[in-house]
Amino acid sequence: MADILVRIGNYATEVHAVADAEVRKLRHDPTELLTRAIQPAIWLLLFGEVMAQVRGLASGNGRYLDFLAPGILAQSVLFAAIFYGIAVIWERDLGVLHRYMVSPAPRSALVLGKAISSAVRGLSQAIIVYVLALALGIAIDLHVLHLLGVAALIILGSGLFSTFSLIIACIVRTRERFMGIGQVLTMPIFFASNAIYPIEIMPGWLRAISLANPLTYEVDALRALMLTGEASKFGVGTDCIVLVAISSLLVLIATRMYPRMTM
Amino acid sequence: MTELNTAIDQAASPGIPAGNAGLVIQTSELSKSFDGRVVVDRVDLQIHSREIFGLIGPNGAGKSTLIKMLTTLLPPSAGNARVAGYDLAREPRAVRSHIGYVPQLLSADGALTGYENLLLSARLYLIPRAQRSQRIREALERTELTDAAGRLAQHYSGGMLRRLEIAQSTMHRPALLIMDEPTVGLDPVARNTVWAHVRNLRDRYGTTILLTTHVMEEADALCDRVGILHHGRLEHVGTPAELKAGIGPDATLDDVFARIAGGDEQTGGNMHDVLQTRRSAAEHG
Repeated sequence: MADILVRIGNYATEVHAVADAEVRKLRHDPTELLTRAIQPAIWLLLFGEVMAQVRGLASGNGRYLDFLAPGILAQSVLFAAIFYGIAVIWERDLGVLHRYMVSPAPRSALVLGKAISSAVRGLSQAIIVYVLALALGIAIDLHVLHLLGVAALIILGSGLFSTFSLIIACIVRTRERFMGIGQVLTMPIFFASNAIYPIEIMPGWLRAISLANPLTYEVDALRALMLTGEASKFGVGTDCIVLVAISSLLVLIATRMYPRMTM
Repeated sequence: MTELNTAIDQAASPGIPAGNAGLVIQTSELSKSFDGRVVVDRVDLQIHSREIFGLIGPNGAGKSTLIKMLTTLLPPSAGNARVAGYDLAREPRAVRSHIGYVPQLLSADGALTGYENLLLSARLYLIPRAQRSQRIREALERTELTDAAGRLAQHYSGGMLRRLEIAQSTMHRPALLIMDEPTVGLDPVARNTVWAHVRNLRDRYGTTILLTTHVMEEADALCDRVGILHHGRLEHVGTPAELKAGIGPDATLDDVFARIAGGDEQTGGNMHDVLQTRRSAAEHG
């Protein structure tokens, strides 16, 4: 029993080592966090205000801006996480990745550490979206438990999409290819989800894709926890199970593929 | 620094088999092929404890591939090896726990301070929390980086970066330190400082060193024995004096190298090798 506890402690230390290093880098140069604040502001202030004039976009009787805010939060997290692979390729090109790979830390600890550091970026996006949403009079739920639930969902979503990005980086291996494929992947994930319109208005084939898209479940749970009087379509529990299952699968795949980056 | 070193010498150094006359690296017919092309060909290599061993050879001779296998970054196609007392294929994590590696490319993270780079290594190598501060302080003093510890590594000179990389790869007191072209791109002063640190690691801490180099002067001045790799084969192994004596009375290691490589420029690595060497030179220079 004591041996298992020591192993868990060691594993946590190694995950923390990777995540903490990334957070320290952000602290030294927070420019990225500031520039990333612009995107959700544009979506909410420009796209949201205009599309709010279109009737029938929001589900139920709610305002479209209310409907949009959780989708934009999920989108910000997605966009921040999906290009994480670029940083991994850059680390490989520099040589920093070799240092991680020759350390005794389990590969899964390295992958999880990267995923958690991505969550820190996601949480900073959440603060920006919450401030904007409150300024726009969106019916934000500020109950402490719901706030914690939103934070947990963002950590989960960031980890999921950054790990997916890491897998793509392991496959394409160069920054140029990644930039191309990153754009190709981001838009379908975003538009084939319930982030900016309800899945009920989608054609059948797109609805099927949307139901296989983890972003749909993240947005669904975010709507229930972030807004007052909103309910989840699939159930927050189901959303979380889907997100945890896909994240676990991706971590397993990334753990197998990550070492190939230095071969 | 001297007092500190003496204190460390007197303390037990886990991971360093002090006085152990055994083999730290022992390979048997170790080979690597890519798509049927043999890059490392049945290499039998023995490196003794406390030895500084230099691996030389033309570009594309297989040095980096051999190093990658010995550091567990690349699985061998055939053959086997024991590194720092552990089986390379069956116990890769144990191997990684007992070796340090300074790659040719930049392994220090420029976006972190010197202290933070060392903290990251201390955590990855599971140095107990109670010992971390002391080990980091010792590593900084040993590599004369104490005053620069709070600065981002991207503002370090080439020599300081190499010293930081040596510090971060030896903080866990490995039995074996593997260095790929440790002085590429460094000026003579920085190069001499790196040499002094390599000798210090062996003399004071009993660390065995395996390094690759293109600089024959480095192999001659620093290495107890030298192995010459050519077309993936370990062609010759001996002391610098033995290898030179095999050529003639006034021969240098440059002459030995030229005899083995034989003006074989067309095999001199590929664009990736050239890019890697030039990038390393640019980063450290």
